[in-house]
Order: sequence, then C-alpha cells, then structure tokens
Amino acid sequence: MAYSEKLIEHYENPRNVGTLDKNDDDVGTGLVGAPACGDVMRLQIKVSDEGVIEDAKFKTFGCGSAIASSSLATEWLKGKTIDQADTIKNSMIAEELNLPPVKIHCSVLAEDAIKSAIADYRAKQAAKRAMK
Amino acid sequence: MNLKFPIYMDYHATTPVDPRVIETMLPYFNDKFGNAASRSHSYGWTAEEAVNVARERIAALIGAKNPKEIVFTSGATESDNVAIKGVAEFYKEKGNHIITTQIEHKAVLDTCKRLEKEGYEVTYLSVGPDGLVDPDDVKKAITDKTILVSVMLANNEVGTVQPIAEIGKITRERGVLLHSDAVQGIGKVPFDVESFNVDLASITAHKMYGPKGVGALYVRRSKPRVRITAQMDGGGHEFGMRSGTLNVPGIVGFGKAAEIMKEEGPAEAARLLGLRNRLLAGLEKNLDAIKVNGHPDKRLPGNLNVSFSFVEGEALMMAIKDIACSSGSACTSASLEPSYVLHAMGIGDDIAHSSIRFGLGRWTTEEEVDFAVDLVSTKVKKLRDMSPLYEMHKEGIDLASVQWAAH
Repeated sequence: MAYSEKLIEHYENPRNVGTLDKNDDDVGTGLVGAPACGDVMRLQIKVSDEGVIEDAKFKTFGCGSAIASSSLATEWLKGKTIDQADTIKNSMIAEELNLPPVKIHCSVLAEDAIKSAIADYRAKQAAKRAMK
Repeated sequence: MNLKFPIYMDYHATTPVDPRVIETMLPYFNDKFGNAASRSHSYGWTAEEAVNVARERIAALIGAKNPKEIVFTSGATESDNVAIKGVAEFYKEKGNHIITTQIEHKAVLDTCKRLEKEGYEVTYLSVGPDGLVDPDDVKKAITDKTILVSVMLANNEVGTVQPIAEIGKITRERGVLLHSDAVQGIGKVPFDVESFNVDLASITAHKMYGPKGVGALYVRRSKPRVRITAQMDGGGHEFGMRSGTLNVPGIVGFGKAAEIMKEEGPAEAARLLGLRNRLLAGLEKNLDAIKVNGHPDKRLPGNLNVSFSFVEGEALMMAIKDIACSSGSACTSASLEPSYVLHAMGIGDDIAHSSIRFGLGRWTTEEEVDFAVDLVSTKVKKLRDMSPLYEMHKEGIDLASVQWAAH
C-alpha cells in the first residue's frame, strides 16, 4: 500500500510514545479499539490548572496508519485547551496524513481516543469537585 | 555482508526461475518455436518431443506410472478448476457430493462454492488447531453420493502437511476419487500418486523454480481410470482434457524444474529445515510471547508462520521492509478480513493480526536468516514498546478479560 511521506515519517519516528500516571487527577486516559479488530489505541492527556493540555502520550497496537494517526493526535493536542482539543475531527487527521480510504477507520479511532481521554479527564474533575 | 535488499522470504508466493531452467527454455522461444500439435514438419515434432520429455520428468517427480497422466494447464488455479468441475460434471449421475477442507486455496474453495450454486453439495471439513485434517473426519463425511474428496498436500499459509496417504486409503476403499492441490508440497515433502492413492493432483511450475503461467493436472489413467469433462473447448489438445496450443517453452522449463526438484529436493528440504530452525531459534532467543502457527513438525521445511503477540502484522511488515514476506493480518488483505486459514484453525483474530509468514527457499542463506532474526527482533521490541497491549500483558492483565469496544 502506498502511504504518504508524512504518514511514514510519523510511523518511523512516532512522537510522544509513553505512559502517564492514569491515577493522577490531572490525567485523562482513553483506551479504544479491540485486539480482535487489529487496533487498540491508548491516548493520555495531562491538563494544567488553566485547562491547557501540557502533555500527551500514546501507545498503539495497530497498523502503520493507526500508529501515525495517534502520533499526530498527540502532537496536535499539546498546548491546546480541552475545548479546542474537543474540536479535532477524524477528517483532519485523515487529510493531514493522506490516509487511503481503507485506513480512514484509523483516524476515526484516533478521534474516539481523544474524545475518550477528554471525557475521562472531565469525569475525574467532576468527581473531584463533588468531593469538595 | 553481501546482502541484496529486500531479502526474499516469500517463496510460497512464487519462486525465481532457476538459471538452469531458463537455459533449457531459451531455444524454444525462437530456434525450436514449433507448435507441438503440428504433425506435418520437424518444427512440430521437435516441440512435441520436448513436451513429452517434460511430461516424463513431471510424471517421475510425482510417481505417475504413465506420462500421459500429466495434462498441461496454465497453472494450478486452472488445474483445480478442471479437476473439480471436470469430475463433478462427468460423474454427476453417480452423485453430487464433494468433500474438501476449510483451509484449501481459494482456487478450490471458490470452485466448490460455484458448484454449490449449481446444486452440488459440499462438505467443508474443519481442521485441528495445528491445521491438520483428521482422516477419520473424511471417512465420516463420505456418503453414497460422494464423488470427490479434495485435500491439499501442504497449506500455503501455515505449511501444515496433510495425511494424504491415509486419506487416500479411505477414498480408495470407498470408491471415491481423491484430488490434491499439491502446489506447495511437490518436491519438498514426500508425495507419490501411486502409494498415496491420489487420482488427481494440481501442480504449478512457478512454486518450484520454474516459470509462471504453466501448470499441470495429474489425471489417473488406470485403477481407476479417471474421467473429467473438459472445461475448455477447442482443438482437443492434452488428450481431449484441455484444448489450447501448448506453452512449449513454459512446459520445457517446468520439466527441467521437475527434474532438478527430483534430484535435489530431498537435500534442499534438509537444508531449508536447518535454516527454518535457525530462524525460529533466533527469534525465540530474543523475544517472549511468540507463537508458531501450524504443526511443529508436519510442515513444509521452508515455512515459518509465527505470531508476535501484541504487535500488528502490517505495522511489523512496514518496519521490516528489508525483508519481503507476508502477513495474515487483515490490514494486508484487500478484504480487511484476517486469514481464513488461521480462523479455521481456531486461532483468535488477535493472534491472526500478529502473524507473519516467512517462506525460505533455494537461495536463502544463513546470513539472510541471521539478518532477519536481528531485524525482526529489534522491530518487534520497538513496536511492543509502543503497544498498550504489551504494557498490560507485562502488568499481568489478562487481555481476554478486558471489555473491548469492538468497532
């Protein structure tokens, strides 16, 4: 399959591979996909008190497109506010990496992972406020 | 190091033509260009003579008593089609039931599916986790309507070698014809149409260091005499079973490839087995959580199908692009479905997604195997470092117990 240079570059030199402490209140974790489907993405964001994403990490089991999509997502997330991050769409990832049609689902999964991480962070914050 | 990249480890897909084969073929493109069906001049006689030599060599390779039992075709897909459709059509008064397995090549499976639409009944036998067909299952599946059993000699993905001789004993006893798609196994593992009681066998040149575009169908002529209805109408070539002007250079090359295989096959198999063991031992030394798919011993000597858990096959192939191999991962197939062969063996989709097939052959060297071990080990480790599944596995989480959101 012919992949874009940008995709291959992300695949070969993935940004922000790693793990954040999922028990930290300031960290939101999204785990999406299924091994049987051939891709699982875990995307984590660490959010400052001002609501800005100061760090993002991922680990992905999946094809080259899935790895590149999650790498790009973490790159885009850093420095954005939660609300800005919420506006990232799969089509933007697909366009940036020039994903072939059969690989569009990789960008969908990346969007799901972002949404899931944000939801986890918001749920944690809400629980924290409720405790106070 | 004197390696040529990418290193070819996909010998199940096709093989390069042996230089000795090319040399034998060359005169038949120009000097000896005659039509083997021309009976009125020496051009034709020369071509016919060359075709008959090839027939004898191929018959000798598979243990056929009579060279006339070799019918030349365009390749194994055609051979499978002619064998199964030809038998089904000719024996339709006798019965309408065919038995095959779930792990056959698509040339067999799709031919059977077509026949089902035409009213034939087909039983697709399941296989064990090692990919083996149980001869007892064949026995149980035979009814008084069964006309044909079709079981491959060796599987193209996992290399499992089927107990054809045992199945042949059963089919002969029950008076049912036995066809075997023998493409992958010929010359690499024992195969003898007489002692195995095989009635029809499909073979192709390009999997045994001959040219593409030429294959053969073995059709038994005595005890029993097998009849098939031709699927191609025309000049009545190949004893009326396959019309069409013969591909003389291709057939000559096929014959030479068969001759070489008969002489060198056993020694080559032993050498390839050594290389495969070296490849597996190297990978097992460097990596944890790897699983060999298929039978440990009853398999093609040059085949290693292995799953690297927690790593997806296509991503791994991208990382090891200095090696030309293939994967059972859905991401590498046009259908986006993981390997139906691994699925039939009861192997989970997650393991199928992580599978890589290495196919070693005549020109594979120890140096290449060692390079592959190093490269694959390094890249699997790198991909595992970015795999959430490997991290969870290391933390002791049972991945089967996790509620995954299938998508």
